[in-house]
Amino acid sequence: MNERKFRGDWIVLPFLGIVAVVVLWAISSKTWAPNLPTPWKTWEVSQPYLMKPFEKRGELDQGILRFTWYSLILVAKGYTIALLIGTPLGFVLGMSKMFAKTFDPIIQILRPVSPLAWLPLGLVLFQKSEPAAIFTIALCSMWPTVLNTAVGVRAIPQDYLNVARVLNLSRMKTLLKILLPATLPYMFTGFRLSLGIAWLVIVAAEMLTGSPGVGGFLWQEYNSLIYEHIILCIVTIGVIGFILDRLMGLVERRLQVAKA
Amino acid sequence: MNHPEKYLEIWKLQKSYPSPSGPPAMIVEDFTLNVAEGEFVSVIGHSGCGKSTVLSMIAGLNDPTGGGIVLAGREVKEAGPDRGVVFQAPCLLPWMTALQNVTLGVEQVAPNKSRAEQRAIAAHYLDLVGLGDSLDVHPNQLSGGMRQRVGIARAFALSPMMLLLDEPFGMLDSLTRMELQQVLLDLWATDRKTALMVTHDVDEALFLSDRIVMMTNGPAARIGDILEVPFARPRDRHDVFEHPEYDRLRQRLISFLEDNAQHPKVREEMTNDPHNIPPRELGDRGSFSGRRTFSVTPKSHDAA
Repeated sequence: MNERKFRGDWIVLPFLGIVAVVVLWAISSKTWAPNLPTPWKTWEVSQPYLMKPFEKRGELDQGILRFTWYSLILVAKGYTIALLIGTPLGFVLGMSKMFAKTFDPIIQILRPVSPLAWLPLGLVLFQKSEPAAIFTIALCSMWPTVLNTAVGVRAIPQDYLNVARVLNLSRMKTLLKILLPATLPYMFTGFRLSLGIAWLVIVAAEMLTGSPGVGGFLWQEYNSLIYEHIILCIVTIGVIGFILDRLMGLVERRLQVAKA
Repeated sequence: MNHPEKYLEIWKLQKSYPSPSGPPAMIVEDFTLNVAEGEFVSVIGHSGCGKSTVLSMIAGLNDPTGGGIVLAGREVKEAGPDRGVVFQAPCLLPWMTALQNVTLGVEQVAPNKSRAEQRAIAAHYLDLVGLGDSLDVHPNQLSGGMRQRVGIARAFALSPMMLLLDEPFGMLDSLTRMELQQVLLDLWATDRKTALMVTHDVDEALFLSDRIVMMTNGPAARIGDILEVPFARPRDRHDVFEHPEYDRLRQRLISFLEDNAQHPKVREEMTNDPHNIPPRELGDRGSFSGRRTFSVTPKSHDAA
């Protein structure tokens, strides 16, 4: 592949891509999908939510960023729990072969279970929608952190461990000065993937529990037959997820450089 | 020369690994050596002959399957900062600066000193290896030679009972290698710490050591011969290189290595006694004879 590069291609090309998709969308809504709102109709109807993004007009009629904020708070709670449980679990899994043999199969079984399956269990356990949602987010988003941390611990070069032995470092010092920093880049890759999943789960959780947030709003507008707002929500979810991933990616890149 | 002191005693050291079929694979067999206090001894041999295994057993990183090691009257059973190890790869922790890497070791041997004092010791040794201006630099911003300087500073900063050097310059280009040999020699000359170095560089061994232990090829490697190096200290690279004995000694090492390359088990005579070395034929022997390492810049340490 011998493609030419030009100045500003990093902004021009993505813009062209977006335009192409919007054109496809417009054509679709005019032809085979009459229920699909056109791009300009969507823009028109979404304006009060976009232009006054923090306004609160009612419980389920709020600016889009206000809804986003609710969702982010919920994600943060579940995600924090996922990291607090997942990181130590990954460490133990990476350090002890016996522990890994014991728990690896059950982790592999629990990992692919959909949030839609966990949520009812959460509701049964906690009786309330918010803790059930947090439970679901934590349980679904934990696994990448667990597995990547374990891989990171297993990948620590023997050289570093030899340094610890030659200097006779205590267990605590070995953990803090060698194991933790050596694993950090892997851990952070896990954190990043976990955050992606946590954000994915929030929508499903809010749709089922009906709590205010981007997902809850989406479901409510579906029931109210305001399809333009569904598209507004989809775009918002996508953009926020993209921003979160990029932010984590920036930190991750810094850690990767430190690793080399 | 006589070595009445047995500062480091290695007695019938043996290492074998169990093999799934047949008898265990013998890596090192019957390695017996006494090293006097303040002596610099090199172990030379072909790659994979087990010389690094011997060193890692003395470092306590590898358990011997037979024999024993006594350092200053105490048996060596595990790794510890009383032996300063310089690995072939610098083994620096990349998330720490040069100073932090060295200080980590100082903290272990001088836990009662204040943090400032510990850092001062570390900085002092980094200064001695010529890195006084790079204390706060991370290893990934240092060249290979500079990283190994940090590794050397870390070993010396421990004020260990002895130094163990595992092909410390093996990964460096020949110019950097000569520079660092000088750094090591200068640092070593300040307090003449007992040192054992593994190498496969004949000129390096001759330049640095008091004695050179030649190991036969594995499997079941053992000491084939021991060479006394008579050059006066302090040594100057140029003087050593011009010494009338230099060529003869060098040739003996090379003959040994060549003989071992052809017939792995030809040399069976064990010389635990360094006085009793059989005379060896001299003569020019092909590619090894050229002074490849020295011909470039005999006085390169001036730059270091």
